[in-house]
Amino acid sequence: MENSLYISPSPHIHGGDSISKNMYGVLIALVPAFLVSLYFFGLGALIVTATSVVACVLFEYLIQKFLMKKEPTICDGSAALTGVLLAFNLPSNLPIWIILIGALAAIGIGKMSFGGLGNNIFNPALVGRVFLLISFPAQMTTWPLVDALNAFPMTYTDAETGATVLSLMNEGALTQLPSYTDMFLGCKGGSLGEVSAIALLLGFAFMLWKKIITWHIPVAVIVTVFVFTGIMHLVNPAQYASPLIHILSGGLLLGAIFMATDYVTSPMTKNGMLIYGVGIGLLTSIIRLFGSYPEGMSFAILIMNALTPLINTYVKPNHFGGK
Amino acid sequence: MRTFRIGGIHPPENKLSAGKKITALAAPKQVIIPLSQHIGAPAQAVVKKGDMVKVGTLLAKVGGFVSANIHSSVSGKVNKIDNAIDASGYRRPAVFIDVEGDEWEETIDRSETLVKECNLSAKEIIDKIAAAGVVGMGGATFPTQVKLMPPPGSKAEIVIVNAVECEPYLTADHSLMLAKGEQILVGVTILMKAVGVNRAVIGIENNKPDAIAHMQKLAAQYPGVEIMPLKVKYPQGGEKQLIDAVIGKQVKSGALPISAGAIVQNVGTVYAVYEAVQKNKPLFERVVTVTGKAVKEPSNFLVRMGTPISVLIEAAGGMPENTGKIIGGGPMMGKALISAEVPVCKGSSGILLMTKEESVRKPMHDCIRCAKCVSACPMGLNPAFLMKATVYQNWEMAEKENIQDCIECGSCSYTCPAYRPLLDNIRVGKAKVMGIIRARKK
Amino acid sequence: MIIIAIITLGIIGAAGAALLYVTSKKFEVVEDPRIAQVQSVLPGANCGGCGYPGCSGFASACVKATSLDGMLCPVGGAPVMAKVASILGMEAEAAEPKIAVVRCNGTCQARPRTNVYDGTKSCAIASTLYGGETGCSFGCLGYGDCVKACSFDAIHINPQTGLPEVDEDRCTSCGACVKACPKNIIELRKKGPKSRRIFVSCVNKDKGAVARKACSNACIGCGKCAKECPFGAITVENNVAYIDFTKCRMCRKCVAVCPTGAIHELNFPPRKEAPAAPKPAAAPKPTPVAPETSKPATAVTPKPEATTQAAPAAEPENKKANE
Repeated sequence: MENSLYISPSPHIHGGDSISKNMYGVLIALVPAFLVSLYFFGLGALIVTATSVVACVLFEYLIQKFLMKKEPTICDGSAALTGVLLAFNLPSNLPIWIILIGALAAIGIGKMSFGGLGNNIFNPALVGRVFLLISFPAQMTTWPLVDALNAFPMTYTDAETGATVLSLMNEGALTQLPSYTDMFLGCKGGSLGEVSAIALLLGFAFMLWKKIITWHIPVAVIVTVFVFTGIMHLVNPAQYASPLIHILSGGLLLGAIFMATDYVTSPMTKNGMLIYGVGIGLLTSIIRLFGSYPEGMSFAILIMNALTPLINTYVKPNHFGGK
Repeated sequence: MRTFRIGGIHPPENKLSAGKKITALAAPKQVIIPLSQHIGAPAQAVVKKGDMVKVGTLLAKVGGFVSANIHSSVSGKVNKIDNAIDASGYRRPAVFIDVEGDEWEETIDRSETLVKECNLSAKEIIDKIAAAGVVGMGGATFPTQVKLMPPPGSKAEIVIVNAVECEPYLTADHSLMLAKGEQILVGVTILMKAVGVNRAVIGIENNKPDAIAHMQKLAAQYPGVEIMPLKVKYPQGGEKQLIDAVIGKQVKSGALPISAGAIVQNVGTVYAVYEAVQKNKPLFERVVTVTGKAVKEPSNFLVRMGTPISVLIEAAGGMPENTGKIIGGGPMMGKALISAEVPVCKGSSGILLMTKEESVRKPMHDCIRCAKCVSACPMGLNPAFLMKATVYQNWEMAEKENIQDCIECGSCSYTCPAYRPLLDNIRVGKAKVMGIIRARKK
Repeated sequence: MIIIAIITLGIIGAAGAALLYVTSKKFEVVEDPRIAQVQSVLPGANCGGCGYPGCSGFASACVKATSLDGMLCPVGGAPVMAKVASILGMEAEAAEPKIAVVRCNGTCQARPRTNVYDGTKSCAIASTLYGGETGCSFGCLGYGDCVKACSFDAIHINPQTGLPEVDEDRCTSCGACVKACPKNIIELRKKGPKSRRIFVSCVNKDKGAVARKACSNACIGCGKCAKECPFGAITVENNVAYIDFTKCRMCRKCVAVCPTGAIHELNFPPRKEAPAAPKPAAAPKPTPVAPETSKPATAVTPKPEATTQAAPAAEPENKKANE
């Protein structure tokens, strides 16, 4: 038997791509954002991220092993990625027990209840985040103050708290906004992964280079938000902030680049991706400008996640030779 | 530089035998010549046990409209007509011939001189091609004479010669162009005459700069023949992809290439046409690449049809220790063979030996809907969805999603990060849906 | 105020009711009431064994048909068809009970593997690729397309032989496995008195020597059985024998003469012992290569007692469905 030939249908070679390669690629793309968060939020960022990652991986392992009774697939990196993304959407002074609940919601409700990676409808990290936002609104909306000069602060839950750009905007306090440079580099209040635009864009470039994602979704989201908020800004500059502020603030870049592009919950065709991105951009702008929540990215992505199967049904790839 | 517009992938080229000259292999002791070496009806044997045949003797004649003549590749005695395992993986009728000497039919012009003149009419050319049993030699093995007779109402405008050789590893066409460039160009002019067009394009991927330069130099003397370098992308050798790349027209779903005014022929076929028309030589030998990472001497051989591939492997330095898979053709679309005794036939463009480690597939995971297959599909299909439709046997859905347009290039399976056997399933679904469509037409 | 509210709501309600009434009248689907009646006597398993899409499809086909010839609910059998006939006032075709029979006995021992199939484990896929892992290109591939096709859990692959075995108590002869098998190995044959039946368990069309080399249990087309058969029920065509079950009288002479043991008898009492109790077959033994013809009876008899006892578990369901 040792010398018998293998028979299989073509193709006989594989490109060598794998789920784990993609997942770890995204994790690498998130490193710059993590470093920036360490710089500004210090110990808190480290604790929150570590707790979230460990909790997500552990919950995935336990659920797969004991509830689903199948071989755990924690090594593919998807649980770790969910953990990092969840952490990046949390304030760096969030108590550990809340993070654990968030991780359980993300993995248990968001992912495993659908059957695991590939079968979930909603982005697991966002399910966790929104679960916490609704359950613990107070803790989830107090962000530690950021001081550009004080690198790696050793504070955690006892950090001084302050407002984010978006909450300032929501309250109409447009004059107290930080400078563009601060916003671009990350010296502003907010969830720990979302503060630095430059770090997130670096990650975006890395993922494009490695062909992990395509440009369609992030660009569609950003352009839509820019156009929509730009129009509103032109209509009434006193009430509505400039479009650039909208793009640099809140979780917009983090969401557009890392959350909306989640393979499982985004459409499969290029045209579908554009529709999906535009949808997210519109919903985010509407929630930000007219809603009671200062930030709408998470809700926008979740709503569009729900519409993804519909988009997949009606938007087909460009067929060779036309229809 | 041009290429096709939708999808495509870039597998590592691994053209190990590139630049190797073509070596002619002597006839083996016995050849097994299958009666169906082409798409369509098997040929009907016209010889019987005990008959003496020469090189080029007709063994079997066309068995239907879409069929091809089959000739002896050796001289000797017909041992038996029996079933033999061929590249299809099934036992099918074949003529076994014990080789004695090497006597050729007198009508064949065995000289090396180039015959440029061709005073035959289109009809005569096509008849000669049909008589010589020429089929598409890129692997599809569609009888050439059928392709040259477009259905009434359609008019060819251009002959496109497929010399892209987009399959990794294979170099048979490449070496043929370097060795027989002039003959190929004459063959092109003959084909142009046969279908009544005055423009021909030879598409060559630009990973073969020597072939492009060589052919461009020669083509200057042949008005109407253009050499077009193409950007490397798999599966450019697909008929529809090549037409899109060369003339920028996309053949509609279910339509023939002639609807875009194009007739596509493989470069090996063109050479066979030259030999058939100008030299009276039937198609009984072809260039075969023997290659693989563990093969000692990857080579290009000129082989008589019916030679067991074990003979070729021996000539290339022997079967490597840890061979796990023998593939007839390239790694993307070739067929895994069940033994080394399978004979070479008209569609065998290469023999690829893969090591055990290369051969084994990795276990599959759930689809993560990354849509990489959608981006890779050169036909603009959604392979992940088609696989699902096949698994759930939802043929209406599969048909609505154009599963019948799949060209089975394997780009989807190649790309899938979850190692899903997309093409395995789609191929079965496609066959099923095509059957349903045919039944409906009746 | 209250009055206004009551009046407006009342008007809205009335308008809605009117709308509903109009649409329901306009788009009313007139259905032959007999369809519902017929459907009520059908088993409701929606197995598709009748060739129609589910029981409702079969019911409407029955109602539309001018005669019930060729219409058979394989699950309910003759009793159900009689009920259907009485509803429609037609004659029911007398149908003989049938059962799926696997016509391959190329067990792992009898049929050595010559290569390793590494593609998707599906008979349909493997069969489009090549003849199979053994020298026999006609025999069972063993990847279980029939098992997947069966809605009644009545056919299973025996891991020891690598061949599917039909559970007689559960098989409804719906024919799904027959359609699923790309090698056309499974046949619906007359169930026979006391489930006794004789069949050639091989479909290999290769010449005798080739077939024998590939599988020691193969029918080699020698024709001994055809000569022996007193009723002319056996024909040998393309190197393989076939027993016409409409002519076979169960004399078992063919079984005795078959040199390879390719002809199987099922559920017959042992030859020499007098008691008629069906012999519980132990682990299925490969039929010896030598023409030892004394007792091939249990060669691949797929009926260990265990399965018969396990069957009642599913029985009530079927019963319920029948009522």
